[in-house]
Amino acid sequence: MVENNVDTTGYTLFWFHRLMIFYGLLFVVVEGLALLDLGVSPYAGDVFHETPLIIYFFHFVIDYAEIVFMMADALTAVALYLAVKDYNKTVFRKQKYALEAERYPLDCLELIRTPKEMYYIPLKVAMFYLLNPFTILSCVAKSTCGLNNAVIALFILCTVKGSSLMSAIFLALATYQSIYPLTLFAPALLYLLQRLYIPVNWQRSSFWLFTTQYTFMYLGSLCVMVCLSFFLLSSWDFLSSVYGFILSVPDLTPNIGLFWYFFAEMFEHFRLFFICVFQINVFFYTIPLSIKLKEHPIFLIFMQIAIISIFKSYPTVGDIALYMAFLPAWNHLYRFLRNIFLVSVVLLACSALFPVLWHLWIYAGSANSNFYYAITLLFNVAQILLVSDYFYAYLRREHHLTHGLYLKRKDGSEATLVLK
Amino acid sequence: MAAHRCNIFMLVFVLCGLTYVFVRADIEDTNHVKDAESVAVDIARKANIGASLRSTKTEDQTQAAEKERQWEAETNPADAPSDNKADHVHDTMQNLDSRPAPYAKDQTQEAAEEERQWEATEVKEADHVPDTMQTPDVPPPTPAKDQFQEELVIRPLHSGDIYASFQFRTMWDTDFLRGSKVSHYRLFPKSLGQVISKFSVRELHISFTQGYWRTMQWGQPFLPSPPGAELWVWFQDTVTDVDGAWKELTNVLSGIFCASLNFIDSTNTVQPSASFKPLGLGNVTDQRFLRYAVLPREIVCTENLTPWKKLLPCGSKAGLAVLMKSEKLFHSSFHSQALHFRPVCQDWKCKSTVWELRQTLNVVFDLHTSGQGKREWSLFKMFSRTLTEACPLASSSKVYVDVTDNPQGELFELSPTTPLLSQAVVLGDRRTYSVYDLTNQATFGQTRSLNMLLRWRAAESGDMLRPLLHGERYVAGYGLQTGEIHTLMYNNHPYRAFPVLLLDTVPWYLRLYIHTLTVTSKGRDNKPSYIHYQPSKDRLRPHLLEMLVQLPPNSVTEVTMQFERALLKWTEYTPDPNHGFYVGSSVISALVPSVVAMDTNSTRECPLFSSFFPCKEESSYFMRVYTEPLLVNLPTPDFSMPYNVICLTCTVVAVGYGSLYNLLTRTFQVEEPSPGLAKRLANIIRRLRGVPLL
Repeated sequence: MVENNVDTTGYTLFWFHRLMIFYGLLFVVVEGLALLDLGVSPYAGDVFHETPLIIYFFHFVIDYAEIVFMMADALTAVALYLAVKDYNKTVFRKQKYALEAERYPLDCLELIRTPKEMYYIPLKVAMFYLLNPFTILSCVAKSTCGLNNAVIALFILCTVKGSSLMSAIFLALATYQSIYPLTLFAPALLYLLQRLYIPVNWQRSSFWLFTTQYTFMYLGSLCVMVCLSFFLLSSWDFLSSVYGFILSVPDLTPNIGLFWYFFAEMFEHFRLFFICVFQINVFFYTIPLSIKLKEHPIFLIFMQIAIISIFKSYPTVGDIALYMAFLPAWNHLYRFLRNIFLVSVVLLACSALFPVLWHLWIYAGSANSNFYYAITLLFNVAQILLVSDYFYAYLRREHHLTHGLYLKRKDGSEATLVLK
Repeated sequence: MAAHRCNIFMLVFVLCGLTYVFVRADIEDTNHVKDAESVAVDIARKANIGASLRSTKTEDQTQAAEKERQWEAETNPADAPSDNKADHVHDTMQNLDSRPAPYAKDQTQEAAEEERQWEATEVKEADHVPDTMQTPDVPPPTPAKDQFQEELVIRPLHSGDIYASFQFRTMWDTDFLRGSKVSHYRLFPKSLGQVISKFSVRELHISFTQGYWRTMQWGQPFLPSPPGAELWVWFQDTVTDVDGAWKELTNVLSGIFCASLNFIDSTNTVQPSASFKPLGLGNVTDQRFLRYAVLPREIVCTENLTPWKKLLPCGSKAGLAVLMKSEKLFHSSFHSQALHFRPVCQDWKCKSTVWELRQTLNVVFDLHTSGQGKREWSLFKMFSRTLTEACPLASSSKVYVDVTDNPQGELFELSPTTPLLSQAVVLGDRRTYSVYDLTNQATFGQTRSLNMLLRWRAAESGDMLRPLLHGERYVAGYGLQTGEIHTLMYNNHPYRAFPVLLLDTVPWYLRLYIHTLTVTSKGRDNKPSYIHYQPSKDRLRPHLLEMLVQLPPNSVTEVTMQFERALLKWTEYTPDPNHGFYVGSSVISALVPSVVAMDTNSTRECPLFSSFFPCKEESSYFMRVYTEPLLVNLPTPDFSMPYNVICLTCTVVAVGYGSLYNLLTRTFQVEEPSPGLAKRLANIIRRLRGVPLL
């Protein structure tokens, strides 16, 4: 049954993809299913690190795997389309109220977003996701990352639509799949509170009531999923094999992230310390970002997804595709971006150099690991600059919307804004 | 007629023996007989292991074995003309005639038979006939408590090489299991005895091999062994912490043999479910008590040989061991020294068990190339020593030279000639040997030393019998990312299919994908009837794959499996990482159909080299084939730059942290240009003076 699914001709293609999408390939799921067929627990070995629900899911749809992955991508695109469309409506409504209340300074009129330019944004977001080469690569390589993206997109859609139960369920599902989406809990809560006009105020009982309610829905569905997994395989092995694998980074196979070479070269007695530092780094930004962006939860979601995809232990190109899909939604920030040209050139160059240097190291033997490592470093620096640039632009636009676009110094000359 | 009479005698002998044994088994409460039977049954069951692997109750096995034996006994007279059952009791010259000759060369032998005198077989016949009369009541005189035998087999190989195989057997009649502390050692090495009793070892097999045995050129070795070091141990079922005992035992053995056995840990230890059954007596077939490990990288040299020689009762002072000079032994194409410890029957009735220690040393010399193209050898040429005496402690000390291919002396000439000839069934083939008995002073002649000399007459030796089973293995693919392990198993039997057990142990850093496993023979899918797969755990345990595959006649069966190479931590690489990593040999175990009837009576007096693997069926014999070890390259990090990598990656993380921290903690402010240095100084002075600032 299993042999038919992964066609042998696709192997060459597959191994090429393996370079960029190390974690969570269908190949590995097939391995898990083959182990189950042999009567061995898929978690007995160290090849399979998917969750039991994924195995259960693919147990039924393994014969239609290609279609499943394509449908997952289409679903992601549709969910993003609807979510962004709804979000744009909210943004526009808010902007209208602010204009009517005359809260914007007069010279900010050119920052006001028009319905005409916002009309195509949802479509652009969907197309940016579907036509992104990273998405296509991920889909062709049959990476389960596509499924995770679909879950996160559905979570965003439900949150934007204001359905707190569905939002909590999808968030729990995303957390269950890979721990990191846990940090999306804060923006979702903030958005839902905002939607219900509940101010974030520690003294208000309504705030506590809703927070408790949402937390319970989230933890409850997470609990149900974990228990369901336990009953599917009747063992808790999957906990260490899925989450322990993500958190303790035992597998150092090269990928596009920062972890693999760092921990391959790490001194043994510092390993635990640095693993803790690197993992805390992913979760660390949630609280300060939530405080800073508590009025803008959707941008917070974008920031969180981007940070996860840069700093997670086994990043794949599919993760990058998801946060990059949001970039058209922020195209009104374009005028405040400082080094978008440089960053996009570096990202493009790195994407092209990944396979080249990989080939030189692994196949041709004429380069060594440092070449490939250098490219991953550069790629990640570019991503970091991209994300922080958007963050900067967003904050700056907000600043201008309150203080006016053309700022003057005390002596009346034209002023420049600086961060202090 | 003589043959038939002899057969009837033998039949009576066997039946009497059996009844006696069974009666004793019922009366006595000892398990020894059951042990013997269950082991025999187990070996027979290897052929259809897929059905059931768990050990059933010994009672059942005993009954089954009983039935089987009785059936054998009943059918004996029926098939007397063909593969004569009775001949497993004794190979006699007479019943050779009544058996159809399996190979052409047997016919040539027959001609030689008339002239030559066969070693001791007639005499033994006479010895045993009275036994059959008095079997149930009076046991034959018990042999000495401890025994030592030594022998050397020399086989000229068809490739022009010489195969020399030493075997030393020490029998140890003791009972260390019952808690009695053994403090007196006669012939058995004390250092080993203490270790074995401390760790409650039931069976211990250890081998150190340098070089690879080329089955297709050299035929089958008497005792196969993989390149490097191999260790497998069955512990007593009283051992509770098997892993702890194994760990300690490997460290102790590492000290005894001066070998790197201390590198055996959980990452290269497996518990095969079917491939390594106990070779001695014993009813323990639960794999929990078995540990198997191979170190393919182990280099074998003098420092391993010296402690091994010290375990012999005579050391290297007397007997055959004087030939073992390391400067010659290690100047060879293949060198393998092994040690096998196991419980065996004390005598032919198997009333009680003794512990058998077999030390073997196999060498293949390439004298053809070193002797300037002259194909001749002598003991002195090979070992730079000659034999002068037997070990005084040895009850038997013999040198066998394989002369099967040379019945008339047309191929080579052997001097000094010996009147003694012996026949033995080894690895499914009947071989003829010239025997030199070292305990007999006449062997040494006037010169008081024995230096056998073999001079070839014909340039070409006859055709070699192709080994019925052999295996090959290689890694396919290129690059350092993935690869494919190919294992080829050849069944060269023209018309018989037989099942083989394939055992593969692959280290964890080659991640096997079991769903890519394909088994094909003759271009068709060959579904294994039994697969036992244990996936690896990173840095904890290796992959273990065992399967039972039916090999069609005259075919090649190819087993392929894809794997992925892992990147290791920089401290996990060997000092020469670009040399590659070794993967131990695959082990192919099989019951191979035999062309001549095998000897199923394991307690009979026969040359040591022919009696190592217990044989249950006459029609087949047990064989183990080791494939080549693999050398696999892994991707390597740059070992020179851990500091650089730590600095650079931390910098990137710091860039991310810094830029976000910047944006999170700071606010936008209108930049006020700072006044120049002169102005600031002027302002300070003005402030001191109390004048308004500029």
